[in-house]
Amino acid sequence: MAAAVALLIGVLFATGLYLLLGRSLLRQIIGLALLSHSANVVILLAAGLKGSVPVMGAAPPPHTDPLPQALILTAIVISFGVTAFLLALGYRMHLFGAAGGEDDER
Amino acid sequence: MNDKLIAALPALPILVPLFVAVLLMTGPPRLARRALGLLGVAVALAVSVALVALTRDGRILPIQAGGWAAPFGITLVADSLAALMVLISAIIALVGLIFTVAANRDDRFVHAGWQFLLAGIDWAFMTGDIFNLYVAYEVMLMASYFLLTHGTTRRQAREAFGYIAINLIASTFFLFAVALIYSATGTLNMAHLAERVPLAPAAPVRAAAALLLVAFGIKAAIFPLFYWLPHAYAIPPAGIAAFFGGMLTKVGVYSLFRVFTIVFPSVGPDPLLLWSAAGTMLFGVLGALAQEDIRRILSFHIISQVGYMIMGLALASQLGIAGGIFYVLHHIVVKVGLILTGGAIEETQGTGRLDRLGGLARTNGPLALVFVMCALSLAGVPPFSGFFAKLLLIRAGLDAGQPGVVAVSILVSVLTLMSMVKIYAAVFWGPGTPKRASARLVVPAALLATVTLVVGLQAQVLFSLTSTAAAHLTTPARYITTVLRK
Repeated sequence: MAAAVALLIGVLFATGLYLLLGRSLLRQIIGLALLSHSANVVILLAAGLKGSVPVMGAAPPPHTDPLPQALILTAIVISFGVTAFLLALGYRMHLFGAAGGEDDER
Repeated sequence: MNDKLIAALPALPILVPLFVAVLLMTGPPRLARRALGLLGVAVALAVSVALVALTRDGRILPIQAGGWAAPFGITLVADSLAALMVLISAIIALVGLIFTVAANRDDRFVHAGWQFLLAGIDWAFMTGDIFNLYVAYEVMLMASYFLLTHGTTRRQAREAFGYIAINLIASTFFLFAVALIYSATGTLNMAHLAERVPLAPAAPVRAAAALLLVAFGIKAAIFPLFYWLPHAYAIPPAGIAAFFGGMLTKVGVYSLFRVFTIVFPSVGPDPLLLWSAAGTMLFGVLGALAQEDIRRILSFHIISQVGYMIMGLALASQLGIAGGIFYVLHHIVVKVGLILTGGAIEETQGTGRLDRLGGLARTNGPLALVFVMCALSLAGVPPFSGFFAKLLLIRAGLDAGQPGVVAVSILVSVLTLMSMVKIYAAVFWGPGTPKRASARLVVPAALLATVTLVVGLQAQVLFSLTSTAAAHLTTPARYITTVLRK
């Protein structure tokens, strides 16, 4: 299970990096979003994948550590905000001229 | 002051600007907006003076947010270093805002962004928790993205996009490091980490340290991660560029000082950081020599000067770190003074290009004097603060048996002076009778030039403060016991 999640992290990071290296602005923005998602999955993996629901009395120990999920939630909110900002910036660049196409800034 | 107020004091430099920012977003009329913005920064300044006074003798003031005791809750810690950094951030925020208002470059969005940026910077200085540091960084960066792209042309927006992308990549590395640290040690509190890191498995800890070095190194613009900086800092108006150039890279430097002493201490001089420091100094100044625009020259000098700060950290002795912190504080004052001088020229003459300027000494005497004071201080000429900052680092370098990096630092000082002479000769000498810059554009930089002179004449006062700050970093026992309440 851990190996599969590690592979998923690798795929997310590699795809993000690949998109980021492209010319199109939209691809770069999606690439950056994928990069931050890969970091979120790393935190999930770092916490350990085994364990029961972390509610005292509701499930038998050992419980899953809930803190990393709080960290991920925070990181998701931040990356959501930044992605929204980047899309707004990209839209404004589009209004300026033919930004966002494959041949942008050529 | 009563105890309850003192206990709440470390949170105020974060909460006051946040509160003012929210008020500013409601869109008050121009005069109220300016008064409110300046008031928010002035309150932060007053609080930070009180914090420096309280932590002067080595006292540490922790706040356990929400009453959750460390290491389970989020801790804010005002020690001597954090207090000094908050003080300088408030000074720069105030002076930069006065310039921005004087240059009439402030709309309501700029004012709100300014307060958010100050809140994020102070938060990064105060936090004692490594994930919370990430959040503080994002608050600060979000405000900086906004201020950078506000009212830009398409070309500038494209360069700003590069700045945002490189910072997001750094943030991703930061999160990777946080995950590794948490899995290896089970904690995120810096004081708790200082206890647990030596007991943790070596491989993930080393990987986390390397990732953090890259993440902070990108923000601090150290060699070889600095290439984004000159492009980004050429975009915004001078007042905003001064705030960025003074504080943003220094938050990265501060994080390096905090984490690579308390959490990952180095035994003796660190060769990797020393090489990086020498490269940062040298390539920064060589880049500056090749530029033909005031703002671009000064941006490359930011990189070069960060090298000196990293040199102090790399030496890993108490004198080296005290000298490094001294250098950070001195540099912020002088660099912002120079950027604002350049800004007064840009706003009045309409350009910062050396080949289009000339003869300013004839019509702009005070501006020339302010520039000379800041430039000499930057190069390290007595009696200005830069001389003592460099003296401390050179002394620490020789004590640690590192003559190589000392030689580089002296060479770079000479090249810095050369580059300053180049600006002076091109801008202030030569033919022409250019327009006179209005006094209100000169006053902010003149204030900072006075500060560097006074600090130079009374260097022992600041040195004793930075020594206290360095002692907390090199022997963190007191920091750990105070935060964890042992």
